[in-house]
Amino acid sequence: MMPDWIITAILVAIKLGFVLALLLTGAAYLVLAERKLLGRMQLRYGPNRVGPFGLMQPLADAVKLLMKEDFIPAQGDKVLFFIAPGIAAVTALITFAVIPFGPPLRLFGREMPLVVCDLNIGLLYFLGLSSLAVYGIALGGWASNSKYALLGSIRALAQLISYELSMGLSIVPVVLMARSFSLTEIVNAQTHIPFALLNPPAFLVFLISVLAESKRTPFDIPEAENEIVAGFHTEYSGMRFGMFFVGEYINVIILSSMVTVLFLGGWHGPLLPGIVWFFGKVMLIAFLFIWTRGTLPRFRYDQLMHFGWKVLVPIALLNVVVTGAILLLLQG
Amino acid sequence: MQVLFFYLVAFVAVASGLLVVTCKSPVNSALALVNTFFCLAIFYVMLHAPFMAAIQIMVYAGAIMVLILFVIMLLNLGVETMKKTTHTVWGIVAGSLVMMLTFFFIKRGQPANISGPITNEVVESVGHTQLIGKHIFVDFLLPFEITSILLLVAIVGAVILAKKEV
Amino acid sequence: MLDSYLPIIVLIGIAVGFAICTTIFSRLIGQKKPTEVKLAPYECGMPPVGSARERMSMKFYIIAMLFIVFDIEAVFLYPWAVMFKKLGLFGFVEMGVFIAILLVGYIYVWKKGALEWE
Repeated sequence: MMPDWIITAILVAIKLGFVLALLLTGAAYLVLAERKLLGRMQLRYGPNRVGPFGLMQPLADAVKLLMKEDFIPAQGDKVLFFIAPGIAAVTALITFAVIPFGPPLRLFGREMPLVVCDLNIGLLYFLGLSSLAVYGIALGGWASNSKYALLGSIRALAQLISYELSMGLSIVPVVLMARSFSLTEIVNAQTHIPFALLNPPAFLVFLISVLAESKRTPFDIPEAENEIVAGFHTEYSGMRFGMFFVGEYINVIILSSMVTVLFLGGWHGPLLPGIVWFFGKVMLIAFLFIWTRGTLPRFRYDQLMHFGWKVLVPIALLNVVVTGAILLLLQG
Repeated sequence: MQVLFFYLVAFVAVASGLLVVTCKSPVNSALALVNTFFCLAIFYVMLHAPFMAAIQIMVYAGAIMVLILFVIMLLNLGVETMKKTTHTVWGIVAGSLVMMLTFFFIKRGQPANISGPITNEVVESVGHTQLIGKHIFVDFLLPFEITSILLLVAIVGAVILAKKEV
Repeated sequence: MLDSYLPIIVLIGIAVGFAICTTIFSRLIGQKKPTEVKLAPYECGMPPVGSARERMSMKFYIIAMLFIVFDIEAVFLYPWAVMFKKLGLFGFVEMGVFIAILLVGYIYVWKKGALEWE
């Protein structure tokens, strides 16, 4: 009989490998899916040359990025320029650790929860890491010694912290209803009815904040290409740009997963196995991200800040009080 | 293993703490400080206080350091514009005073056997967040409400300070 | 306590390793032909004008300060939300007062026009 801890270690290693492989290929194919869908929405084909239906495109992109020249702009801060894309990629990669992506499996006669690490403060872990992710962008723009990059990173900083606030406040009703920070317990609290139906205002505020956190249209002012070239990553080339890029798409997957876990009932759903439900919902939200990008124009910066501070924050705060009052009445 | 990990994190914390004061560029110092906060959060986790760890990251690394970063970026204290300021004598005096104070407390205190009703087992069974919540919202009700007034003053102060310039 | 965090520590290690390895690998196989023009900051093909380290608007500073205050408020809301059932009506009123006082601050900020972007 193998000692207990070896089995545990093997299981954790399998889960880690699975999650990492899933995130990296997921991000690569999300890029392809986005290009294909955007192409179709604009009556184009999108990439279809590399491999059947263009399915090898991500691989070609990765090889291209690796072969590109990797240079540091003159007068740039070399250390920060090196660290910044790393921060962006690492914070994105390690956030998935707390997200439960399926119901517990029975393997080798023991319960295996389908989450890398079920922390009892999972929700706060997510919030903490999303507040650390700001640094990759801020430092990347600052280290480049370029006006566009600096403008982009300052815009990004202000936008990210503003929407982090409404995101944090819109999570409070979820904690009120689930009475826990553990994401597994939050999913289990939605066995019968997802929180999106119980508390639509919180769901909408969270969804919009998440869109803004991912810095995508209509909130892509930090990288508005017709104003400030490419924003904070103007000066980045080769794999360092690739790291920002991968980080952004992993972030989309993670934010979609958080929407699924917090508001759409995670893996719960009839008939199909839980893991299918989970990834189905994640893909649905990711499609929503792409769809909004294909449909909506960009906000102006003052509109963006007004919307965050004067609309989302009061709604989220009011929603906390109202949810509390309703729960209190239900308790009697 | 636990002890080894502690020393590893402690080494990183102290090293980045040193970087905060020795770095030429203020942005590098800020980043080193963020790293120190991150290491402190790991210490909180090792002390069975995960909620404190999360708050440490969210508030200190995520909010206060962002403000400091903003100030650095907005003022743009480049390396070249900085004046060479040296306070060697005062630095040595203050540093040795702090060292003496630290050693004094280390000698006085007995960190090995802290007694009290809240042990690691209690924290494990009740939950760290619940314990903190109970203490904030039941035992320390008045300080909690006063905190809100403090935050209100902070808001007013921020607006007044910033408005003067505009 | 640390045992339950072990997978995350391993994951952080792997992620950092991934970031460092890809950067070094791309540096090794990528070409290197730096020229002076290529290394200059990009300004749409024009020669760069002035320093990139300009001073920025005060607005961003106000946003960051307000963010700290409201973030701390949110931090107080989390343990309250977890404890909500145990605290009951008492806790609700308590947090109501807390939010009301901060709401005064919020209205003040709004009326003073600190949230305006001209």
